[in-house]
Amino acid sequence: MLSKRIIPCLDVRDGRLTKGIKFKENVDIGDPVEAAREYYEQGADEIVFYDITASSEGRTIMLDVVKRVAETIFIPFSVGGGIGTVEEMRRVILAGAEKVSVNSEAVKNPGIIAEGARAFGSQCIVLGMDVKKVPASKEIPSGYEMVIHGGRTFTGLDALRWAKEAERLGAGEICLNSIDADGTQDGYEIELTALISSHVGIPVIASGGAGKPEHLLDVLTRGKADAALIASMVHYRTHTISEIKNFLHDHGVKTRLQW
Amino acid sequence: MIGIVDYRAGNLTSVARALDSLHEPCIITHDSKLLDSASHIIFPGVGAAGTAMANLRESALDGHLKRWVQEGKPILGICLGTQVIFDRSEEDDTPCLGIVPGEVKRFPADLREGGERLKIPHMGWNRVSFREDHPVFAGIPAEAEFYFVHSYYPAPADTTRVAGWTDYGIRFCSAVARGNLVAVQFHPEKSGRPGLTLLANFCRWGGNNAQ
Repeated sequence: MLSKRIIPCLDVRDGRLTKGIKFKENVDIGDPVEAAREYYEQGADEIVFYDITASSEGRTIMLDVVKRVAETIFIPFSVGGGIGTVEEMRRVILAGAEKVSVNSEAVKNPGIIAEGARAFGSQCIVLGMDVKKVPASKEIPSGYEMVIHGGRTFTGLDALRWAKEAERLGAGEICLNSIDADGTQDGYEIELTALISSHVGIPVIASGGAGKPEHLLDVLTRGKADAALIASMVHYRTHTISEIKNFLHDHGVKTRLQW
Repeated sequence: MIGIVDYRAGNLTSVARALDSLHEPCIITHDSKLLDSASHIIFPGVGAAGTAMANLRESALDGHLKRWVQEGKPILGICLGTQVIFDRSEEDDTPCLGIVPGEVKRFPADLREGGERLKIPHMGWNRVSFREDHPVFAGIPAEAEFYFVHSYYPAPADTTRVAGWTDYGIRFCSAVARGNLVAVQFHPEKSGRPGLTLLANFCRWGGNNAQ
């Protein structure tokens, strides 16, 4: 039986680890390579990096971060943020990442999912989705809309429809972020996660809103998530990954307890 | 020197980085002469069976792999490298190397466990029940988990060759061992400390295990 995965998410800007609240107010909280090593030793099952750098110089720094992370930790990790071509994917994979995540770029050009899956295999391609709750309508029947550009641009695209389409195109996994919950530490968007996870055949990582171990328990059971992303909880050292895993284990969720 | 077979399948550098951390010198190459001079061969890979077999044939590495198995060089297959050592794969209906009798099958679409429908690929951490007496699996705790990512699984004709079993809706073979050959479906290079233990064991193994 598979263990549910606990995945720390590291936002990186110009080679430094940052944390924002609802995509704003980013503060510097350290060296991403050092943080990755610490989480690896605490029992992280995987690590996600989002490069929120805008400049090309920052992107070169990011590739160096990826390379140093690959030399330091021996668990899978993915890199996302601004990746929109097969060539950009290749650079990140050659630097040592297992997976790349595409988000806004895939909404604008869905073909990149199929191209990436053909070039590197579906297991390499993670679809990142930023989703906001809206009144259900003819265009957005699920009541969840895809937003892009870091939460600023509404797309008119139904989140559930997009998740299914991305699976058909060859995405190997979905990282599902609720913008309403992101950074609040009030808990994941359970309904959204359960909706998407029960309608696709690929794994779904829940993201946004984790503040205490009970939130992970909720999203991994009622929310039907295969994995849970965490950030503030561990970045601010209010919890450790092993403490979260022990809590989940005590409540009947299978996690990897030995590393 | 450990030789890592380069047949343009996936991210081979992650295996090299894991060996670097173990201070094991290694080389990633498709040059059969360089691989001849290696003490051990690692045959990794992610991707599709059809493309992998085409690349192996094109570079004539298919014949060399069979020869290294016959010559008794210690060989470790990983993931796709493990799958293509069997007779054939259901993926793209591909005839494979035929080093170990058996097939590679796709996980059934309606896989269930405890009433829940299971997702494919089988992606994440899962347990492997190892045959205890093999030197490559020595010192790995029984509760250890390994990182998997695959939609197809090996089904050896002779289950006495199975060195590890894993449960995912069905019980499938996640490791085989035969003489100087060990092949695993999971990724030891991405499985934290238990994976590094397996790789370190392999690098020290003479390949002359009984059978």
